[in-house]
Amino acid sequence: MTTQESFLARHSFIEMTARERAHALLDAGTYRELLGPFDKLESPWLAMQSIVCQSDDGAVIARGSLGGEPAVIAAIEPAFQGGSIGEVSGAKIAAALELALGEIEAGHPIRPVILFETGGVRLQEANLGLAAIAEIQAAIVALRRHVPVVGVIGGMVGCFGGMSLAAALCTGLVMTRQARLGMNGPEVIEQEAGVAELDASDRRLIWSMIGGEERVAVGLADTLVEDDTAQVRDAVLAAFGRGVPAQHRSEDVDGFIERLARVNPDDIDPDTLRTLWTGAGGQNR
Amino acid sequence: MENMRYEYPAKRPVTRRAHVGVVGSGDLEVLLTPSPTANAEVVIRTSVDGYEHVWKSVLDRFFLRYDGAAKFELNDFGATPGVVMLRLSEAVEVSDASDASDSGDTR
Repeated sequence: MTTQESFLARHSFIEMTARERAHALLDAGTYRELLGPFDKLESPWLAMQSIVCQSDDGAVIARGSLGGEPAVIAAIEPAFQGGSIGEVSGAKIAAALELALGEIEAGHPIRPVILFETGGVRLQEANLGLAAIAEIQAAIVALRRHVPVVGVIGGMVGCFGGMSLAAALCTGLVMTRQARLGMNGPEVIEQEAGVAELDASDRRLIWSMIGGEERVAVGLADTLVEDDTAQVRDAVLAAFGRGVPAQHRSEDVDGFIERLARVNPDDIDPDTLRTLWTGAGGQNR
Repeated sequence: MENMRYEYPAKRPVTRRAHVGVVGSGDLEVLLTPSPTANAEVVIRTSVDGYEHVWKSVLDRFFLRYDGAAKFELNDFGATPGVVMLRLSEAVEVSDASDASDSGDTR
């Protein structure tokens, strides 16, 4: 296949809605949505602030099977309010993970997947959104002892704020080249620290720092895929195939402290970080 | 944000619900459900104020052809009239298709 043919054969993951993404990842014919649009579990706070609600609050929870095993997918809709986590959307994701934990504890296998696409907490819902994110994080940590919790950051929103920490807690993290992962978004850093600190309009710089390729290269994410649904699905299945590791990335506190000690903040760029962090001691997974 | 409600006459019952679109920039979400009455009903929530006459024109035109007794709930985030018309047609297409295949909810 020529480069052009293989490009045309791709089925874009990024261009799909959250619902379509969940549908595409699950085994054909097994998709079943929990608390879907007709249940109208909307944000009670947005209308008060003159913002139009979405009937599923931007979180799609789908049951089905994945590679023949029961699965639950929590997919965040990138187009609605920047994928922000509100009281309702956050509670839906946390509840889905808690239900999965219940299944596992009852002896029933289940594969939990989170499709991240979020700027973090929904500012209009403030602490209620933050509390929901804390619940999501706690649920991931509880679940991952039993089964890999697999996260996907598709793009183009990326994954920021408290949800970047949720992503970091996942057993396996799949990213596209277009996806970004970071605590503070570039615009926030520029606004707070000035354009001399970070020029948010410099796309090449931004992606070289927090893009999927760099995050996988330095070991903060596991698998880099093209923007192709089949590749995303294969990477998710492979992550479940690897099983639960002896130690999760986020548990390697000493390892990361040691890695940080190697960094000179006055003289650091993305390439140097790769060299520093993929050498001895900072083994790339 | 503005809320609107319209009613149109209908000639046939609708049996299947349908959901299309997202509340994203320049787009809207349409929830189509069988109407409890003999009429079609449209309930709109839109982020853009002051375009009631445009909504009325788009809907008048849509209901020249559509005669199902359906309730349409529209959550709009600044969609243009063309996009609104497309989403309405898409919702009807999904509802009619699932009528034929009896597959229930669609994405």
